[in-house]
Amino acid sequence: MQGSTVDSAKAALNYHGAETAGHEAHPDHRIFGLIVFLGAESMIFLGLFMAYLTFRAVYPSWPPEGTPERELLLPGINTLILISSSFVIHQADVAIKKNNVGGLRKWFAFTALMGVVFLAGQLYEYHNLEFGLTTNLYASTFYVLTGFHGLHVFLGLGLILAVLWRAQQKGHYSSEHHFGVEAAELYWHFVDVVWIVLFLLLYIL
Amino acid sequence: MTQTELHSSETTATHHGSAERKWQDYFTFNTDHKVIGIQYLVTAFVFYLIGGLMAAAIRTELATPASDFVSPETYNSLLTLHGTIMIFLWVVPAGAGLANFLIPLMIGARDMAFPKMNALAFWMVPPAGIMLVVSLLVGESAQAGWTSYPPLSLMTGKVGEGIWILSILISGTSSILGAINFLVTILKMRVPSMPMNKMPLFCWAMMATALLILVGTPVLAGALILLAFDLLVGTAFFNPMGGGDPIVYQHMFWFYSHPAVYIMVLPLFGAISDILPVHARKPVFGYQAIAYSSLAIAFLGCIVWAHHMFTSGTPAWLRMFFMIATMVIAVPTGIKVFGWLATIWGGKISLNSAMLFGMGFVAVFVIGGITGVMLASVPFDIHVHDTYFVVAHMHYVLFGGSVFGLYAGIYHWFPKMTGHMLNETWGRVHFVLTFIGMNLTFMPMHELGLQGMNRRIAVYDPRFTSLNELATIGSYILAVSTIPFLINAIWSWAKGPKAADNPWRALTLEWQTSSPPAIENFEVLPILTTGPYDYGLEHEDVAGLPTAQPGSAALSGSSGS
Repeated sequence: MQGSTVDSAKAALNYHGAETAGHEAHPDHRIFGLIVFLGAESMIFLGLFMAYLTFRAVYPSWPPEGTPERELLLPGINTLILISSSFVIHQADVAIKKNNVGGLRKWFAFTALMGVVFLAGQLYEYHNLEFGLTTNLYASTFYVLTGFHGLHVFLGLGLILAVLWRAQQKGHYSSEHHFGVEAAELYWHFVDVVWIVLFLLLYIL
Repeated sequence: MTQTELHSSETTATHHGSAERKWQDYFTFNTDHKVIGIQYLVTAFVFYLIGGLMAAAIRTELATPASDFVSPETYNSLLTLHGTIMIFLWVVPAGAGLANFLIPLMIGARDMAFPKMNALAFWMVPPAGIMLVVSLLVGESAQAGWTSYPPLSLMTGKVGEGIWILSILISGTSSILGAINFLVTILKMRVPSMPMNKMPLFCWAMMATALLILVGTPVLAGALILLAFDLLVGTAFFNPMGGGDPIVYQHMFWFYSHPAVYIMVLPLFGAISDILPVHARKPVFGYQAIAYSSLAIAFLGCIVWAHHMFTSGTPAWLRMFFMIATMVIAVPTGIKVFGWLATIWGGKISLNSAMLFGMGFVAVFVIGGITGVMLASVPFDIHVHDTYFVVAHMHYVLFGGSVFGLYAGIYHWFPKMTGHMLNETWGRVHFVLTFIGMNLTFMPMHELGLQGMNRRIAVYDPRFTSLNELATIGSYILAVSTIPFLINAIWSWAKGPKAADNPWRALTLEWQTSSPPAIENFEVLPILTTGPYDYGLEHEDVAGLPTAQPGSAALSGSSGS
């Protein structure tokens, strides 16, 4: 027995206090929900990564004999852009915590630009590669893994643009209420971390 | 005074519980967890009947050794869709239905954490199911079994297999969204006077289930995405013809689909843990042991998947690991069974329909559990792999476990859900028919499997005929057994006697509000003064509910949560 009924009554009253303050009948759990969702998302990537590593381990040589060479310069630059964008988007979070909506919009626009450059770079790489989706198992895993990640970058870009759109409205985001900003930032970091693992697996290993 | 001590709060009366529930709500995008729970249960039950018709067709075909009732291709479609529908559209969503209805009520919340996402998750289920049923009706359905192993699944028709993949991806997404809701709601929305170790055991079980869904289902999605590429675009991830590796699919598939058996049975473990103490009038035996064993099952369930692959060329050291890990699961499961038996031991048992199904659950599930340990043993498994012994085991767990548990849950919570009592006599008839039909159908399959009858094949050696006839008769009894239930449920819902708020004199919070509960569940949020299973510990008053005594052992007034 850790407490008494009086304590719990008091706690319950506080609970009701929180209820009258906001429209929600309970505290905001959206960030926690998003983290759980990203945990599930990372399991898709983990499953695909494990499949890739198994293919790689089972094959006598990897990439299989006769796979055309790939250059590392463009993907390397792309990786640097995406990693830096995580720091850029964090500046937006810092700004909105100081109620600086202008700063939020500036840094989010900058991040969106970096995301577009990354996607464009990836499309350029696809275009110039000498193997296609069905050339061999290596090629298939390369395109599906990077493509699936690219889809996530695209969705993250959509979130960032949605926040930018909403930030036009005066008072939509403030130092107190900015779930959208945090959610987009968290998602962007997630996409970034996945890319680091993917880059190591596909290009460096 | 009841054990939910009401406190005056001027804030609640104004906007809670004023609106009325309309029948149209059940057919629209409604965000009330109680509506969604019933939507899930009714939809899942419809798919149960459809999957059951397929089972009856399969058993009719197997009544004779020759292939004479349906064509072998149709038989393949039937067994594929029977398995898929029963798993992804009956047991999993029905468990989600119970969880949706019960979790917020049990923990004293007004709704789930994310009501809109909750409704979205439900509305993904009907399209996923309708796609499968339509694919069968137009003769273009998947034929590769519910496991859909490549390369077979790449050779049995693109349209049917594509529809199958899309359907599983949709229902898997629904399952993940539901699990996020369950986990966040259980962890964050308990009434302040309810610490984790005062939660009803159903909530512990759902927490374990949600974790399994979140870890496993995405990996299945990954496998199905790769399979779809193989099927539709011509890549060769799993196709040995193009240099791919079908074993990788099996690993990814079972990484979800073994935990899936716990996703399907853990909610019912929880429900049984809540039902038995109420109808035995005794505190549950070993609350913490039962609670933590759910988490142990969830953890172990994630590291045993390759026991489905002992005949897939798995190396010996890996087989040993998975064999031992699988056998270890019997320990937390055994702890639960022991807890249930010790709970009803010496209790004042009322043998109503809910209790009959609850005790039937324990009896039949144990048989499936024992054959599960037998199958975990590598030499035995290699001998009976892909025989009817596996079919018997899995139906003892899924029918004897999950379906009996779901029926127990429906009989127990029907008064709360609908505000009407079910007819007791018809409930008992339903139980007796189900129990006999179930054992008659699946018990002979053990022997058939040991004699070497292969599963998934429409024809068989004539020496297996007599036992197959027995199983077919059993399946018809099972089919008939749903009729008294359907009549009982529909008639009682419309015209049954009104249910009291707490007809079973239960202590958990869902029984402390009206039947059916008001729109936002509680007039004022309840405060716990007893544990969830403190039956018979205190002097019972006229209404049968223990009176809260300050400082008594039954008092649980912790304010932490």
